[in-house]
Amino acid sequence: MPFPAGDTLLILPELFLTAAGLVVLLWATAVSREGERGLAFFSIGALAATGILLFVSARMAGALPRSGFGGMFVMDRFGLYFKGILILVSIVTILFSLRFIGAASYPGGEYYGLLLFATVGMLFMASGTNLASIVVALELMALSQYVLAGYFKRETKSLEAAAKYFVLGAFSSGILLYGVSLVYGAAGTLSLAGIATAFAAPKPPAFLVVGIIFVACGMFFKIASAPFHVWAPDVYEGAPTPISAFFAVGPKLAAYAIFARIFFVGFGPRAGDWTAIVAASAALTMIVGNVGALMQTNVKRLLGYSSIGHAGYALLGFLAYGDKSGIGLWSVLVYLLAYAFMNLGAFGLVILLEAKGYAGESVDDFNGLAKKNPWLAAAMLVFLLSLAGIPPTAGFVGKYFLFSAAMKAGYFWLALLAVLMSAVSLFYYFRIARAMYLVDGEGTLHWREEPAVTAAIALCAAGTLAMGILPGPFVQFARTCLLPFGP
Amino acid sequence: MGEPFIFWLFAAIVTVGAVGVVAMRQPVHSAICLLLSFLGVAGLFVLAQAEFLAAVQILVYAGGIMVLFLFTIMLVNVKRAAGQPYVHTQAGAGLLAGFLLLAIVGGTVVASSRVRGLSGAGDLADPARLATTSITRDVTRVVDGKNVSTPVTEIVIGNSQAVAWGLYRDYLLPFEVASVFLLVAMIGAVVLGKRTMERVD
Repeated sequence: MPFPAGDTLLILPELFLTAAGLVVLLWATAVSREGERGLAFFSIGALAATGILLFVSARMAGALPRSGFGGMFVMDRFGLYFKGILILVSIVTILFSLRFIGAASYPGGEYYGLLLFATVGMLFMASGTNLASIVVALELMALSQYVLAGYFKRETKSLEAAAKYFVLGAFSSGILLYGVSLVYGAAGTLSLAGIATAFAAPKPPAFLVVGIIFVACGMFFKIASAPFHVWAPDVYEGAPTPISAFFAVGPKLAAYAIFARIFFVGFGPRAGDWTAIVAASAALTMIVGNVGALMQTNVKRLLGYSSIGHAGYALLGFLAYGDKSGIGLWSVLVYLLAYAFMNLGAFGLVILLEAKGYAGESVDDFNGLAKKNPWLAAAMLVFLLSLAGIPPTAGFVGKYFLFSAAMKAGYFWLALLAVLMSAVSLFYYFRIARAMYLVDGEGTLHWREEPAVTAAIALCAAGTLAMGILPGPFVQFARTCLLPFGP
Repeated sequence: MGEPFIFWLFAAIVTVGAVGVVAMRQPVHSAICLLLSFLGVAGLFVLAQAEFLAAVQILVYAGGIMVLFLFTIMLVNVKRAAGQPYVHTQAGAGLLAGFLLLAIVGGTVVASSRVRGLSGAGDLADPARLATTSITRDVTRVVDGKNVSTPVTEIVIGNSQAVAWGLYRDYLLPFEVASVFLLVAMIGAVVLGKRTMERVD
């Protein structure tokens, strides 16, 4: 046995979820159309069980961090933090999907199966400590995403989204791999710890910097930050809306996890080489995302551009790499949790209000929501306030710490730009608020029509408010989930 | 002459093949160019003393995958629509970006080729070492009724063993994740390729 048997314990949650995905695929061949809701609830149950297994295996693993499989995989609090959020995101996505998959005569088995496999990929990403395992897990997630984007294949827009995403995603993977190969050539190892040791040498070869830039480009693509953001609005618009919600949060969070791990742990000694790139991308991303969102009338595109803007804010945390308090990393962690809540919630409202069930979503869908259902309108208002970064919501807390991280790192101009762009974002977020409260609409909307979606929205709203009103425990928790870092 | 010459020969074959894939008008010709490129890569593997990889490259890529490509092209019967622009309107920008990339990457790689790598990266490129990777494993023997395991270091001769050790020991976890990846690829192809997804019942 090359590995101790205890290593299997570390990947127990991932193994379980893979098995659950296989069960869903097999089971799908035996159920009728009505029985497919059972598949959805089985998937939710499997995800919840995976969450419990995460906790159990972390307990049984003893002192964290614990590394396994020859340094391919690590179980640490940083990874567990992401995995917990990612599992929650997948559960919410399935709750969102119930209406679509039931109504639109697309079979659910492959859909839920692919969603579970994408989650497996994301979980492995959060724990990867070797560029080989990270890249393979990333590709597992990405491939599932391409298929899910095109799942509504009688809709041209869905197929278009899948094709665009596939071509651009494959291209970015190529660039990422090219970068990884250059880094490997310079360091002689793919292990992040090994790379850090090798890169601490005073005079690295010049192509190392090119490798780091290429890896950064691959990361920028996955988190949809400028200038690699163009795919995001198109894909979010064309993909089935629950999948858009998933794309905007889950895979992005997983990408942030590997971004932080590769750059903080592996490329940490070379921070001087990459902070300038990250700063430039952050500035560009904030401008492109927020200004681009101003023009949008399609809500999914609007949220797409808004999520680009948010990627720019999150990059600010990366700039405070060297700060001894670790604020660079934990501000990102806090922000991503807030981002998950508020973005999923906003997409939930879009799903609830889509007039035609698919591809008809415009800001006008929100007209008169306050009269149709004041509670849902209030929930959307909370999400919008949070996205804009106004207290007392999670978004404010997240942005506050990110901006102070940027200030601590000495990037005053970026913090100023971020505040300015947050002000710009008010315009487009409040277009939706205006439609809800000041424009008349007809009919009523009772929560019983869509209990699953409403439940997910309520969960997100509760999370957004709880983080906004009582940020202390969340921040304290995030501060215990840092990576071993620092020059 | 000698090895550098052969390296440049194979490198030229790979490059010419790759350019041909995108430049040929007929899909079948593109496929043949791809085959040329694959064969060139196999030659480069041989030069790097990775004979096993070279054989796999020929069997799997030049053999299996090329046949699939050709089958697909014949089944789909791709024909270029008359009057359709052959050169994309963004070709100029693409060429410029491509050459810029070539200049940056090529320039830095050439510039750093004289600098020794970090942490003995120079040793890594030594093909002789690759072919004789040493492995240490525990051998359990029964001595006086007790199991005694002693670490034994062996030299792996030939690189199929070295590949196997890499694949099934050092990179076991990515290897298993890749198997899930392939499963997803298969399901995805079925999901997107099936003509209709409506149920018959």
